[in-house]
Parts: sequence; structure tokens; C-alpha cells
Amino acid sequence: MTQTLDLSALARTREDGACEMELAVDGMSCGGCIAKIEGTLNRMPGVVAARVNFTNRRLSVAWTREVVSASDIVTAIERLGYGAHPFVARVAEGEDAAEAKSLLRCLAVAGFAAMNIMLLSVSVWSGNVTDITPETRDFFHWLSALIALPAAAYAGRPFFKSAWSALRVASVNMDVPISLGVILALGMSVVETVNHAEHAYFDSAVMLLFFLLCGRYLDRAMRKKTRAVAGNLAALRADTACKLTDCGCMNEVPASTLHAGDRILVRPGDRVAADGIIEEGASDLDESLVTGETLRREARAGEPVYAGSINFSSVLTVRVTAAGEDTLLDDIERLLDKAVKSKSRIVALADRAARLYAPVVHTTAALTLAGWLIAGASLHDAVITAIAVLIITCPCALALAVPAVQVVTAGRLFRAGVLLNSGDAIERLAEVDTVVFDKTGTLTLPEPRVVDAGAIPADILAGAARLAKSSRHPLALALAREARDAQPVPGATEIQGQGVSAVLDGVEARFGSPAFCGVALPRDIPAGASAIAFRHGTREAVFLVQQSLRADAVAVAKALATRGLRLRILSGDRAEAVEPIANALGITDWRAGMRPADKVASLEALRTQGHRVLMVGDGLNDAPALAAAHVSLSPVTAAELSQAHADAVFMGAALAPVVDAVTASVRARRLMRQNLMLAVIYNAVAVPVAIAGLVTPLIAALAMSGSSMLVTLNALRLRLPARRGSGTMAAAERAEPARLRTT
Amino acid sequence: MNVLVYLVPAALGLGLVGLVAFLWSLKSGQYEDLDGAALRILRDDDLKDEGTRS
Repeated sequence: MTQTLDLSALARTREDGACEMELAVDGMSCGGCIAKIEGTLNRMPGVVAARVNFTNRRLSVAWTREVVSASDIVTAIERLGYGAHPFVARVAEGEDAAEAKSLLRCLAVAGFAAMNIMLLSVSVWSGNVTDITPETRDFFHWLSALIALPAAAYAGRPFFKSAWSALRVASVNMDVPISLGVILALGMSVVETVNHAEHAYFDSAVMLLFFLLCGRYLDRAMRKKTRAVAGNLAALRADTACKLTDCGCMNEVPASTLHAGDRILVRPGDRVAADGIIEEGASDLDESLVTGETLRREARAGEPVYAGSINFSSVLTVRVTAAGEDTLLDDIERLLDKAVKSKSRIVALADRAARLYAPVVHTTAALTLAGWLIAGASLHDAVITAIAVLIITCPCALALAVPAVQVVTAGRLFRAGVLLNSGDAIERLAEVDTVVFDKTGTLTLPEPRVVDAGAIPADILAGAARLAKSSRHPLALALAREARDAQPVPGATEIQGQGVSAVLDGVEARFGSPAFCGVALPRDIPAGASAIAFRHGTREAVFLVQQSLRADAVAVAKALATRGLRLRILSGDRAEAVEPIANALGITDWRAGMRPADKVASLEALRTQGHRVLMVGDGLNDAPALAAAHVSLSPVTAAELSQAHADAVFMGAALAPVVDAVTASVRARRLMRQNLMLAVIYNAVAVPVAIAGLVTPLIAALAMSGSSMLVTLNALRLRLPARRGSGTMAAAERAEPARLRTT
Repeated sequence: MNVLVYLVPAALGLGLVGLVAFLWSLKSGQYEDLDGAALRILRDDDLKDEGTRS
């Protein structure tokens, strides 16, 4: 049987007729890799252009269809020792990139305008105390207006748009006072310039925009980076499916290109790529990713199979019923919608501050106007003072206070292996008092491990691993992982559903089910473990393969408990499988056999008791619970849907990022509060000065940049190593528990 | 103050040149792969390639 990897569905056709594709490349580490990949591909006949983007580890390649195929290119890269994974950019990623680019353009324009207007303003300020002529001052003011008005109209669009959309639905966000402040400052400055006044506020308005755009851009750049990494990970994990064509050939195609009605062949050890109905064959299915249940289900012809389950024993032919975006059980989808809606109740700290802030600022300005009028000032003076109040209270520091901390924290978590899906997840993580874990794939490693490898002689283990390399059976894969450098035995033959046999060192060796090897099954197999046997001549061994705990799960549970967090396990698995894990971790509060709806109900119950829950889970069955929890984390091995609904995704085999995420967030929240306090103190000092009518443009400019710098520098303190032992998990373990609770 | 007649336009002009240069570099994708650019500048095998290709 010949098999080809058919990637044509992922290639785009360019205007000049060439095909084009993006690949996520795995394993690039230095400049030499760029040269090697580009050099090799550019020398390949038929390749029009190949360009590596080292920042996001992607390769974009164009070729002519007639000469080479996409799979040739992938093979060529793989032969160089890199993993190449065809990649379809998600819509959200493209939107983020475009937005970051447009913010950078706005930032450039605002920066140019701010510099030039400052140049003119400093001349006016120094001229005002020396000998500037009114004509020159007017000329400088008009020149400032000429630069400031178009620049603000261009660079202020992100704020004006957001403020307008908030006002249209009769609500207020932080952009409303910003837009109002900028527009009024510019308007008043034009009026003052027409009246030949000494002061104009063009510089304040444009500098305000510049500082705010800095904050916005940093925020976008962080999100763009996270999305690029998440996109690559998705491509790396993307499954392929073996599609049966009408002529009876088999084609290896990316799972994302399957359509309802396609027939796919699922070999033992394969992950089912799409939901479907079994047409031929019967097999055991491991549906732990779908339901959390580790006991295998027997499925026969006519029964449904779900994407994500693993075929264990024999070949199945499946007719696809749903593929791509809608590979999901309807009720999981429905639960998700509900849970996502319930999450939108939570208002981010910055928005809460904005809701309080905007009315206070506007009332203060109005009162200033009324006060000065009552005190007998002219309308002109009263209006100028009121606008000065608005400008000086413009939430420059406030708008930077929270995003600056978010960006620094996100960068820190990024290095710790945690990718944030949403910036406000940090605030919610900091409020958590209960942590709920899923078991399968979260507390345990996503792949089963040989648990008794240490008790078996090394040469037997090595021999078994060599035979195991010839099989795709999940148990064989687990054994092959134990000895990565084992070479497969030439001439090994696999008997489907039974095992592998080969001649090893002149003696027949068998690896497979205990019956196939003629090995007696030990009586005391622990619940949830599977046995696989090996016979080499007269020597024999039985390996127990089991879902094993992540190496640092116990330490993580302890670290979280010392932080004063309540721990709970909600698993879809059987009680016999959950109990030993709960005991090992010292978690007394556990439930087994939970369906997705039960998990959501359990989280709702915790919520009504006033708890803030962090849900850590990976399976499809966890997706609704992840969306319903106050905040949620998912390992990268999780089902794609679960990842999409988690607030953050963590990488690697360790569970420690969960602790890191919580500790870093607690620290971040403290800094956010400090920053907000700084902004309030700044206002408490500046507003009376403004109300008294003493604000000159110089004071406004100094006060604004000063407060922005202060909150940004304060946020950067997060990059300093943690002094109070709250930075990393290791530090958290060293620190005494009592002190940790107070931080 | 006649000096302003050419100093101010010169200052603005220089600023505009900087802005246009930045916008051009942004548009031509020079910020797409900052890490890669840092490594590519150290490569010299492309010099030889250019010689043979042209």
C-alpha cells in the first residue's frame, strides 16, 4: 500500500500561479539553521522562494505545482532534522498583527508630532519669561496647531473609536475622558491661539496621546507574540488522518481538511481525527481526552466515535459526520455558550476604575466652571480653568497603570512557560481561593508511562523497547518512550491486536499481550493499569503501563495548599482511578465520575458560596468547566477547544507553572493597586492646583509625563528578582508558609 | 528673527523625513522578524551566492 501526505488543501495559489504555504518549523535554534533551511529549499528545483521568520519560527515557501509538491518540501525539511508542520493562520492572529501595526503607525505619528510641538513649546515657554514678541508666539502656536490637529486626528483614532462605541451603548470606558480631554485641549488651544493668548495646550494633548499609545502598543505586541506561539503549537499538534479515496487508495491528509462524508482509516495507536460512525471493524477506544474516563470503551460497527479518542486494538473504517470546527458534542457546545456568557459578568479592574473615574472627573470640571462663574470670573477664564482640570486629570497614569503591569507580568509568565489568552486573567488569577483540578492529562501526564521500569533488568527493558519501536500501539509507544535511543529490530513483524515478534540475538523474541507471549498475567495489577509482556527465549517480563502523575504534582499541591488555597479534584474517571491520585497529593476533596454538566454545576455551587475558582483542566469534557470557572488554565497538550476557553495555557511536562501563574499574579495585582494609588495621589495633588486656575501648559506637561513615567517604572519593578520569595515555585517552597499567606 | 524662516521648515522637514522613513520601514516588513535579522547580518555565504548567480 502506498501512502502520500497530501497537503494540497493547505496551499494557496498566488497571482503568478505559484503555490504558497506557511509552515511552523520545530527545532530552529541559531542563524545556521536559517541558512541551512533556506539554502536547501532555494536549491530545490521548483521552489520559487523560501524565507524563514526566525522570530515566530515560521517558514513561508512558494513553489510551482508542476515540479515539486508540498509534501516533497516537508520531507526535505524533515531530512535536515527539523519538524515542519503546515500551518493555517487563524483569523484572530492576523487581526492582532494588523492592529499592532496600525498602532505602531499611530505611535510614530504621535511621536513625530510630540517632538516637534515640544520644540516649539519650549521656545514659547522660555520666550514668555524673556523677550518673545507676540507675533512670533502666535506664529509658533499656529505652527503647533498645524502639526497637532492632523496628527491627533490620525493618532487618536484608536481612542476616539473605542470611546464612540462605548458612548453609543450609553456606557463609559477609559477612552471617553481621554478623547474628551484631547479634543477639548486642542479646541481650547485653537481658541486661545486665535485670541493671541500666552498659553496653548497642543503639547499636552499630543504627548498624552503618545504615552497612551505606548501602553496600547505594548499590550497588543504581547498578545501578538502569545498568539504566534499558540498558533505554532496548534500546528505542531495538528493530527493527520488517513483518508480513503474512492479508488481505494489511502491519502495522509491534515485533519483540518476533512469533510463530513469522507471515509478515514483509523489504525491502532492513531488518534481519531474527526467525529464519525464506525463502518467496519471493532476496537477498544481510549476516550480519556473526551470524557476523562481512562477505562477503554469497546466500539463496533454503527457506533459513534469522537475526535480525540485513541484507537487501541484494531483497524477501524470511520465515516466522518462532523469535521474541522464542529467536531464536538452538541451539549458541550451549548454548555460553553452559557458559561462564556456568565464570565462576562466579571469586570476588569481598569474598567471598574474607569466607571468610577469618568463621572468624578466630569463633575469636578463642571463644578470648577460653576464655582469660578459664581466667584465672579469671566466666562472665558472659567471655561479655561475647567478645561485645565479635564486635561490634568486625563487618566494618563490610570490608563497606563494596569496595562503596564499586565505587559510586564505576561512577559514574565511567558518565560515561565505560561501563555496568557487574556490580559485581565492576571487580576482574576490573583483573586483565586480554590483550585479545581481535572485528573486525566492534567494531574497525570497526557501519555501513559511504564510504572515498573525500575524493577526490570536493563537489557530486558532495552530488548522490549527495540521490539516496541515496530508498533504503533499506545502501550508499545509508552515502552518505546522509556528507551528513546533503542533501534528497531529489522524484520520484526506485527500481528494486529496481539503483538510484535522478531529474532533478537538469534533467539525468538515476542512483545505484546501476555497471552501472545505466553507469560502468566500477574494477579495484583493495580486499577487503571494495563499489562504488556515480553519474552526473549526463556526470560520474560511484564510491564505495567499506567497514567502517571506529573513529576512535580505533589510539590505543586503542597505549594498551593501552603498558600492557603483549597484544592479539589473533579474527574470524569472512575473513583478507583481517582482515589490513589488524590491520596498521593493529599487532596481530601475529590469527586469522580463527573460529566461535563456536573463539573459546571460543582463550580457554580462553589461560586455561590463566594469562592473564586481556578480550574485546571485539559479534556473536551473540561471545556465548559474551564469557561465557567473564575479563571482557568490548560496544559498545551489539551484539546484545542479547551485551550481556546482557558485564560492561559502552560507548556511542558511540569505542573509548576500553575504555582508560578498564581504567585506572579498576586504580585502583579499588588503593583496594579500601587499604581492606581499613585495615580490617585497624583490627582489629589494636581486637581486642586488646576481648580485654583494655576495650571500652565508647562505644569500640565511635566505632571502628565511624570506620572506616566512613575507608573511605568513601578510596573518594571516586577522584572526585578522577587525579594520576598514569591517569584518562583522553588522560592515559594523555601519561604515560610505564614509569610506566604500574608503576601 | 529671520532665521526662523528657514530653521523651522528645516526642523519640520527633518522630522518628516524620519517619520516617512519609519513608516516605509514598517510597511516593507522590516519589523516582522527582528530576531532573524540579528542573525542574518552575520551570514556571509550569501556574498558568494550573489557572485555565482548574477
